[in-house]
Amino acid sequence: MNIIQILFWFLSVVAIFSALMVITSKNPVYSVLWLIVTFFAISGHYILLNAQFLAIVNIIVYAGAIMVLFLFVIMLMNLNKETEPQKNRWLKMAGAVAGGCLLLVFVAALKGAGLKDQEAMVNEGDIGLIKNLGKELFTTYVVPFEISSILFLSAMVGAVVIGKKE
Amino acid sequence: MEKKNNMPINNYILLSIALFCIGIVGVLTRRNAIIIFMCIELMLNAVNLLLVAFSKMHARAALLAGDVNGTAGTDGQLFVFFIMVVAAAEVSVGLAIIVMMYRNIHSVDVNFLNRLKH
Repeated sequence: MNIIQILFWFLSVVAIFSALMVITSKNPVYSVLWLIVTFFAISGHYILLNAQFLAIVNIIVYAGAIMVLFLFVIMLMNLNKETEPQKNRWLKMAGAVAGGCLLLVFVAALKGAGLKDQEAMVNEGDIGLIKNLGKELFTTYVVPFEISSILFLSAMVGAVVIGKKE
Repeated sequence: MEKKNNMPINNYILLSIALFCIGIVGVLTRRNAIIIFMCIELMLNAVNLLLVAFSKMHARAALLAGDVNGTAGTDGQLFVFFIMVVAAAEVSVGLAIIVMMYRNIHSVDVNFLNRLKH
C-alpha cells in the first residue's frame, strides 16, 4: 500500500461521506458546504490522475462560482431547518431502495464488463497538462469552443429575462 | 512502466457509481428544489470523474501499444471541460427558474409544482 493508494482511498472515503452528508443534512446551507467538500475531493482525484487543468477548473468553476451562486440563492430565500419541506418516511425509504437497486444493477453490469485487467495511469502521463489540452482545444475543438460562448450568452440572457420582475 | 503507478479502473468505476447513486437517492428523497439541483450537480461530477479515469486508461493503453506521441485520451478530458461549461450555463438558468418559482409560490417545495396535473 503505497502513498498513491492511501491517497486514493482517503479521497474516495471523503467524497462518499460528504456526498451522503449532502443528501442527509436538514439545513440546505450545510448541504452546500458538504457539496463543496465533495468537489474538493473530486479535484484531488483529478490531481492524482495528473489532470491538473481539470482540477483547477473544477475548483474555480464548481467550488468557486457555482456553489457560491447556490449559497447566494439559499441565503436570499432565507431557508432554514424549520421551513425545510420533508417527504414522509415511506417515500424516503422507497427512494433509498430504488437508488440501492440502481447501484446493484450498475455493479452487476460492471462485473460482466471485462475491465478486470484495465488500469488507469496515476500520477504520470502529460495529457492532462494545460499545454496539451489547449493545443487540442484550439485546433480540433475550436468550433465547439466558440459555440459554447454563444451558449453562455444565451444562458445569460435567459437568466436575466427569467429573473427580472414583470 | 512500473506497476505501482497504476490504479485498477474498477476502483474508479465503483467510486463513480457510488456517487451517482447517492445523487439519484438525493433526487428521489428530497423535496427542496435547490437540494435536488445540487444532487444533479453531484451526478454530473461523478460522470466527469469517470470520464477522466477512462481517458487516463486510454492513454495508458495507447502508450503500451507503442504510441510515443501521447495525445490519446485528450478528447476525454476536453469532453469534461465542455460538460463543465454546459453545467455552468445550466446552473445559471436553473437557479433563475427556482428564484422565479420562489417569487410566485413563496416556497421551493417541488410538490407545489403540480399545475400541469390539475
